[in-house]
Amino acid sequence: MELISAILLTFLIVCALSVCLTKRLLTSVVIFMGYSLVVSVLWLLLESPDLAITEAAVGAGITSILFFVTLRRIKIIKGKSEGNDDDS
Amino acid sequence: MILEVLRRLVNWVEGEEVFPPEKAAPMGKSTVHVDPMNEWLLSVQNRDIGVLNRLKGWAARNGAAVFRNVYRVFAGVLCVTVIFVLLATVSFLPKFGNPDNPANNEVPQRYIEKGLEETGAINIVAGMILDYRAFDTLGESNVLFIAVCSVTILLRTDRKDGKVNISELGMIETDNDDDLILRYAAMVLAPVALIFGVYVILNGHLSAGGGFSGGTIIGAAFILISSAFGPQKVERFFKYSTYKWITFAALLTYASLKFYSFYTGANHIDSHIPLGTPGAILSSGLILPLNICVGCVVACTMYAFYALFKKGGFGNGT
Repeated sequence: MELISAILLTFLIVCALSVCLTKRLLTSVVIFMGYSLVVSVLWLLLESPDLAITEAAVGAGITSILFFVTLRRIKIIKGKSEGNDDDS
Repeated sequence: MILEVLRRLVNWVEGEEVFPPEKAAPMGKSTVHVDPMNEWLLSVQNRDIGVLNRLKGWAARNGAAVFRNVYRVFAGVLCVTVIFVLLATVSFLPKFGNPDNPANNEVPQRYIEKGLEETGAINIVAGMILDYRAFDTLGESNVLFIAVCSVTILLRTDRKDGKVNISELGMIETDNDDDLILRYAAMVLAPVALIFGVYVILNGHLSAGGGFSGGTIIGAAFILISSAFGPQKVERFFKYSTYKWITFAALLTYASLKFYSFYTGANHIDSHIPLGTPGAILSSGLILPLNICVGCVVACTMYAFYALFKKGGFGNGT
């Protein structure tokens, strides 16, 4: 269990660094979603299932969806009807 | 003497000839005594100076690149310093779980030992946030309500009479027609998610979960329906007036249900609310209705955020 916790925490550090260092906003949001998921697993390893459910639903679900909707609204992501350019 | 040496040094930096020797002040009190230092200072400001000029030229050419590199180095150094300071602070904390810790006083002991018999909830966390500290949870639900009000003020664009501005037509999504995978997946997943959300809310006092997580799951199910089948399907039953009345009723119910405890708690009177047998659904006094209220507020909040961000409103005004 210690080993799994250590591996997950290292993954968290790598995720946090790479959110800042990537050049594309879409990649940042997806990595943030993965971060939330790993934090949810860590809450479970720390024996708090209430927090795990809430973190999974809110972090990996609602917050990431709101980020995607915002990115679409400020035209970083484009839909099908507007062309397939990649975001910057 | 020292002044003379300094003057010669500055003169050498400037790259000019040796300063002419001081003129002796003329005799007589009627003449003004001119300070050579002031004279020199005034003259310095008005002429080109050799080394300073070269410095300014170098700064104009390479200044931006040097600044960028120095900034990066200092940012890295600051980051490492903050990390070390925080780690050093953590190393002074007492051992986790030590019985002598200041956090292990009689308050959590009372919650753990008498939680089940005083609140009737098997999930001690739910018993704590909805019975012992129900006032804090009322504050949290209010914060969610205020957040949606602020976002509505900033982002709402549809009008009361249902007419939509022509310039906002670009925001309305029309490319949902050919997303078959999403539609079939949503047809299977959305009912399951709704029922699971209701289950998590109703079982808040028996197993993990409660109002917050269950409400989020129901909100996420609404978002899935809205993005798979178009927002018109959800607008049939979730208009702005629905959101208004549900959140208002939920918060009012919460406040009025727990209102008695300001009187009975302070005077140490027993409130005779039946606690039921632990383990049954209809047990633990008021925790079940409060969970339902909190779940309603959270579900409406999540869908409201999505609708306001995406479309600027709930459709059909009012």
